[in-house]
Amino acid sequence: MALLEVKHLKTYFDTLKGQYKAVDDVNFDLEYGEALGLVGESGCGKTTCALSIARLLPKEGKIYGGKILLEGTDMVQLSDDQIREKRWKDVSIVFQGAMNALNPVMKVGDQIAEAIMLHEKIKKEDALRRTERLFELVEMPADRIRNYPHEFSGGMKQRAMIAMALACNPKIIIGDEPTTALDVMVQAQILNLLEKLRRELNMGLILITHDLSILGETCDKIAVMYAGKIVEIGMVEDIFERTAHPYTKRLISCFPNISKDKVIPAGIEGIPQNMLEPQPGCSFYPRCHLATDLCKTEVPTSIEVGKKHFSACHRASEVLNGR
Amino acid sequence: MHKGTIAKKLFYAFVTIMIVLVFNYILFRVLPGDPLAMMMRNPKATPEMIEGIKHFYGLDQPWHIQFFTYFKNMFAGDFGTSFVFKAPVIQVVAGRILPTVLLVGLAEIIAILVGIVIGVLAAWKRGTRLDVGTLGFSLITYSVPTFWLGMIMIVIFCVGLHLFPTSGMFTPGKSFISTGAMLHDLVKHMVLPVLTMSLVLIGEYALTMRNTLIDVLSEDYITTARAKGFRERYVLTKHALPNAMLPMITIIAINFGFIVAGAIQVETIFSWPGLGRLMYEALSARDYPLLQGIFLLVTVCVIVANVLADITYAYIDPRVKN
Repeated sequence: MALLEVKHLKTYFDTLKGQYKAVDDVNFDLEYGEALGLVGESGCGKTTCALSIARLLPKEGKIYGGKILLEGTDMVQLSDDQIREKRWKDVSIVFQGAMNALNPVMKVGDQIAEAIMLHEKIKKEDALRRTERLFELVEMPADRIRNYPHEFSGGMKQRAMIAMALACNPKIIIGDEPTTALDVMVQAQILNLLEKLRRELNMGLILITHDLSILGETCDKIAVMYAGKIVEIGMVEDIFERTAHPYTKRLISCFPNISKDKVIPAGIEGIPQNMLEPQPGCSFYPRCHLATDLCKTEVPTSIEVGKKHFSACHRASEVLNGR
Repeated sequence: MHKGTIAKKLFYAFVTIMIVLVFNYILFRVLPGDPLAMMMRNPKATPEMIEGIKHFYGLDQPWHIQFFTYFKNMFAGDFGTSFVFKAPVIQVVAGRILPTVLLVGLAEIIAILVGIVIGVLAAWKRGTRLDVGTLGFSLITYSVPTFWLGMIMIVIFCVGLHLFPTSGMFTPGKSFISTGAMLHDLVKHMVLPVLTMSLVLIGEYALTMRNTLIDVLSEDYITTARAKGFRERYVLTKHALPNAMLPMITIIAINFGFIVAGAIQVETIFSWPGLGRLMYEALSARDYPLLQGIFLLVTVCVIVANVLADITYAYIDPRVKN
């Protein structure tokens, strides 16, 4: 049994302007110790997808269909009390800790200990002792648990955030852009730390980012999202070497290759479609250089183009063959 | 907070008070109106009489001599003699402090408590009917002019319903058989002024509390707390409120000074024998020494409240400590 199976997940937002299909029929799964990278432009639904797993959606957002099976338990069907018990104990989230994910008027150690006390009903001293060990695990001096967030640098806050995420030995850690706003050196350290910990502790890791380049070294699998749908999913090598979706191809060409001549990356012309007025057909066709008449009328279904490698494109085989 | 930091804050507070003393002196002398004209309403007063009075109050001296005399006396604890009351300013002011403290203190406490509760409920139940209702209430009470509200109160509760007396602190000429009876009379007189004053303040506190709390509730650390599996109530009391209280402390402190002065309207309308009404009377009569005395007191209140707020801040916000 897989650790996590997401099947036909549909998360919509009911806004005053209409229904916003932030996540529309998304499928993926995750094994123990495996890392999945979720990549896409801003607003494509990656964060909503992750928040759906812990049912942490804002009140306008609702799961309209699908299943989220965590070790076989459907998270969608659980009551509010049941889901609260699962949070942090089964699924924890590393937010952009460098920004504002830690409470500024509470000691960092207390913020970690309170989660342990909530889920394991142990005494504060014991919880704090465990917090010290967690700090050592993320390579921070144990006595820093008595500091406030403002006394930490951006990288240290992010390490503390990871220590917090590990507090209740979760089965899955979701990193929601955990390295955005950190400088490149610290970014690499944080990613290495996450990489090391998920292998040692055999946890599932979902890494959300808009930066495809950092996923290559950190993840086993990559899912590329566009306008609420996963357009391509596969193992890292498949995504980079045997790309089967024009959008993925354009994303990859968006980061410069330092071994070649200096050229400014092309970027992708156009803007993502208005999610409140979805057009018929493939959502990417207005920006796609391979679009045909079929793409304008018919939504492409996800087809298997290789072993565990899926692409939702009418011309996937042509893209795969280098067009 | 370091002892040094506190000492520094106190020093700055002292400097501020000194500057205010100078302003205080100049302000009332550049105001239009002449104290002598107010005192000598008698058209038959001879020039000798006017000269005599001028000399008695030191008003015949050149301005710089008056200024230094003012400063010198101030440090000796002599705030001068009131033109109107013909008594030392300190004595006149002292007699009025207690009624104002009673009125303002009670109104402030009620307003803070009610305002915070309304603000928290509105923010927590944002967008519901409760939120819209309390928001309307707060906006109306916040924008209503104090004097108008006071008059409406009198019209409804005194003239219409005969529930409360219209003015004063005690029923004039009444002798009380016991302390209980006296307190009962005091409470009856206090209800309307306190209600008027706190209504005006509640709106401001509730609006501020609501807005800050809504901001705080959208912060990432609130999502973190929810993600950890805590209940909404715990997230609100343990994570959101301590952060949302910080701006409230500042507003309460700033208000503290203003409401002493702001009591002018309420005290005048309800003939409450406090500092506010005294200030109104002193101003009408251009009673320089008395005005200076009251202004100095108000200034010191504002400054002390701010120093206290600074110190409180350091205890509840770890970021301020260093």
